[in-house]
Amino acid sequence: MICISRRLLAPAAIVAGLAGSVASATAPAHAAGDGVAPKEVAWTFNGVFGRYDYPQLRRGLQVYREVCAACHGLRLVAYRDLAAIGLSEAEIKAVAGEREVAGEPDDEGEPTIRPAEAKDRFVSPFPNVQAAMAANNGAAPPDLSLIVKARGGGADYIYSLMTGYVSEAACKKEFKDSQGKPLVPAEGQYCNTYMSGHIIAMAPPLTEDGQVEYEGKGAPPASVDQMAKDATAFLAWAAEPYMVERKRMGIKVMLFLLLFTGFMYAIYRQVKKDVKGHA
Amino acid sequence: MPIVSMVEHSLYYPVPRNLNYMWNFGSLAGLSLIIMIVTGIVLSMHYTPHTDYAFDSVERIMRDVNYGWLIRYVHMNGGSMFFIVVYLHVFRGLYYGSFKSPRELLWWLGVIILFLMMATAFMGYVLPWGQMSFWAAKVITSMVGAVPLVGESLMELLWGGFTVDNPTLNRFYSLHYLLPFVIFGVVILHIWALHTVKANNPLGIDMKGPQDSVDFHPYYTVKDLFGTGVFLLVFAAFVFYAPNYLGHPDNYIQADPLKTPPHIVPEWYFLPFYTILRSFTDDWWLFQILLGWWGMEAKLAGVLAMAGAVAVLFILPWLDTSRVRSAKFRPLYRVFFWLFVIDCLILGWIGAQPAEQPWTAIGQWATLWYFAYFLVMLPLISRIERPRPLPHSISQSVLGGGGGAAVAAAASPMEKSR
Amino acid sequence: MANTASTEAAGAAGAHDEGAGRRDFLFLAGGAFGAFAAGASAWPLLDSLNPAKDTLAASTTEVDLSPIEQGQAITVKWRGSPVFIRRRTAKEVAEAKAVKPDDLPDPQSDEQRFGSGAREQWLVVVGVCTHLGCIPLGQKDTDNKGEFGGWFCPCHGSHYDISGRIRKGPAPRNLPVPPYTITAENKLIIGKEQPKDGPGGTTA
Repeated sequence: MICISRRLLAPAAIVAGLAGSVASATAPAHAAGDGVAPKEVAWTFNGVFGRYDYPQLRRGLQVYREVCAACHGLRLVAYRDLAAIGLSEAEIKAVAGEREVAGEPDDEGEPTIRPAEAKDRFVSPFPNVQAAMAANNGAAPPDLSLIVKARGGGADYIYSLMTGYVSEAACKKEFKDSQGKPLVPAEGQYCNTYMSGHIIAMAPPLTEDGQVEYEGKGAPPASVDQMAKDATAFLAWAAEPYMVERKRMGIKVMLFLLLFTGFMYAIYRQVKKDVKGHA
Repeated sequence: MPIVSMVEHSLYYPVPRNLNYMWNFGSLAGLSLIIMIVTGIVLSMHYTPHTDYAFDSVERIMRDVNYGWLIRYVHMNGGSMFFIVVYLHVFRGLYYGSFKSPRELLWWLGVIILFLMMATAFMGYVLPWGQMSFWAAKVITSMVGAVPLVGESLMELLWGGFTVDNPTLNRFYSLHYLLPFVIFGVVILHIWALHTVKANNPLGIDMKGPQDSVDFHPYYTVKDLFGTGVFLLVFAAFVFYAPNYLGHPDNYIQADPLKTPPHIVPEWYFLPFYTILRSFTDDWWLFQILLGWWGMEAKLAGVLAMAGAVAVLFILPWLDTSRVRSAKFRPLYRVFFWLFVIDCLILGWIGAQPAEQPWTAIGQWATLWYFAYFLVMLPLISRIERPRPLPHSISQSVLGGGGGAAVAAAASPMEKSR
Repeated sequence: MANTASTEAAGAAGAHDEGAGRRDFLFLAGGAFGAFAAGASAWPLLDSLNPAKDTLAASTTEVDLSPIEQGQAITVKWRGSPVFIRRRTAKEVAEAKAVKPDDLPDPQSDEQRFGSGAREQWLVVVGVCTHLGCIPLGQKDTDNKGEFGGWFCPCHGSHYDISGRIRKGPAPRNLPVPPYTITAENKLIIGKEQPKDGPGGTTA
């Protein structure tokens, strides 16, 4: 055993070194913004056994539809996908039917418009990026389909951003601009602790408790914090709807590979007995 | 049946009996190549190489194609896994002198594979058409512009337009599909060369007879299978539990030719080379002394240095002239080898930092050390070093003395039979 | 081979002494592990070639039947193939029902195909010849409708009757009837089975 561990030492050192360098190399890329680390939330989908909390995702969908959807699209998610978080066929039809999409040209060749259906993907609030910019002071609101994967810090960052707004006075006191002067948000801009550079064009989306009315048994009070968490959880699902499947399969694969590796090691030991000096 | 005799030959060919775990990485690299080709072929059946659809088609693979997320994550992380095992394979070759006579051809084929891999990985990274895809393509293809006189025209030839755009994406897709099969061909030559000159070993001395070798099968097939298990465990840990750890969040934003992300960072396996590229600035003293005074641009120097960082491996057999292969018997070389490993890690670490002080200065010193190691230190070391005495033979070294009495006793049946 | 024959022989001899059983077990179990691993990793690759979720979701087509006159035919696309929809006249229905199924190459009564009552006037078939996949003629009044007044496939000369059944020629089966629903609002949903006792007549 000792002799094996000595042989393993050199490669192990290289592997450890490489892994270390990779970790340190990628770490800065993963940090969000200018050094303010996002608040850590104990999401149900964290960790190896992480799962989505489906009632929470449905509340998050409600927040998205009533608050976020006015400006932000979700164009990679299909309405039919909502079945996975527990919406019935009729509910999906209702959600989809609120928006319209281009249909097939009619018999005269005129373009038609039909209500969106389950098979369609979420219809974005603006037809194109120019319209989005024009309606939002020149800053197009990003599509949210992948936002949790597209920001360093992931769900923690999105939640922190939604709840990280500070008043103009606090902004002046706490943050500095690039010249080192107190930071003052311009007209139509807001101050946010977690945004890179602390200036954000999005108005605080969640401003008062009960802004969205949660219904049904067991729904928590719709505090700003709770709504932010629910919306973030929903967006985390939207970015990676297959996450639960991935983690479940991972456990099976890892267990199988552990057994496989153990067996191969046993066979290797057996074969090794035949040859002296074979490493 | 030539196929059968070929397989039989490769299974039962004699391999030094004393190979350590560092010799597992060759077969793991082969396995990685096969995994990449198989998953790549399936992905290509769902992917659309068009700037308007590429990003969405990748997301469609992730969301709608059966097991699409799995296949894509395996392919995406497989690239990193491939580079990990290949880099370890290369460092093993450096440490044990596997590039020395009579294995030069084997080594050169390996360097060609490394070059092809880098090209393939770079073009593959462009295909998802995220922000990092686009800007990596832009920055790296713009290096061609450093070529004197024809740089601009070459760039347009490479792009098929006036910037990275749909024609670029199309040709990268075509080449990304083609090159792995070229790699496969060179790998076959690599293995053929290996079977001709036989494997090196930790002692770096030649096999002198049957007592020094074992058959590849079952001894090393089983050992490789054990290594495969360990490798797949690491691989699966990334795929299932940290699939995006080695990637960059910006690549989940669709490419926008009008907006550069604040920090452009290549994939980790290119970081050391990226540092070398960036080290050549107009105000670097080394650049001014060596190249600047006869009018070379820093940009061109950086590009040449980056290519040279891999190309220098080609002339390695002439740089290290010591007749002793293994670092085990080369006390001075061993020290400098490990310093070189550390230097490569520093280059990688600097590659992920912004182009500011003090990172730039550290990167420049590390770049200097990188080339000095190959071009100055290695020739010097091989001249002044006094290697330790080599053992008489592999079997004598591993069977007699030093191995301990327990080992000798366990294998006594074999001694009798010889 | 010869180089290491002695090693091998020694190995085999050693194994006999100390538990050939254990060795055999390890090798067999190892082989089983490998075979399972290969099979398990092949499945996701193979399954990825099956229709994806979005393809499956887009597999129903809705058609408004109200503007279609008696004796009129339209063609719509369902799952990438043409579906022939024809509002048959009473005479055509009677003609289709008069044929004895037993005499047909692919015995099926018109009722088995399109039900009875209000539903029977609607002919809904996938318009792909069951021979080799060509699209039969017969949707337009000017088309060659074949010897049985239904559809005629010009590729290899298959004749279909007004129920879409094969009557003459190389095609082996009748034009297939897709699952479809006719709603109370006179809407046709192709790709969805008629609910039991639903509106629009009974299914056979």
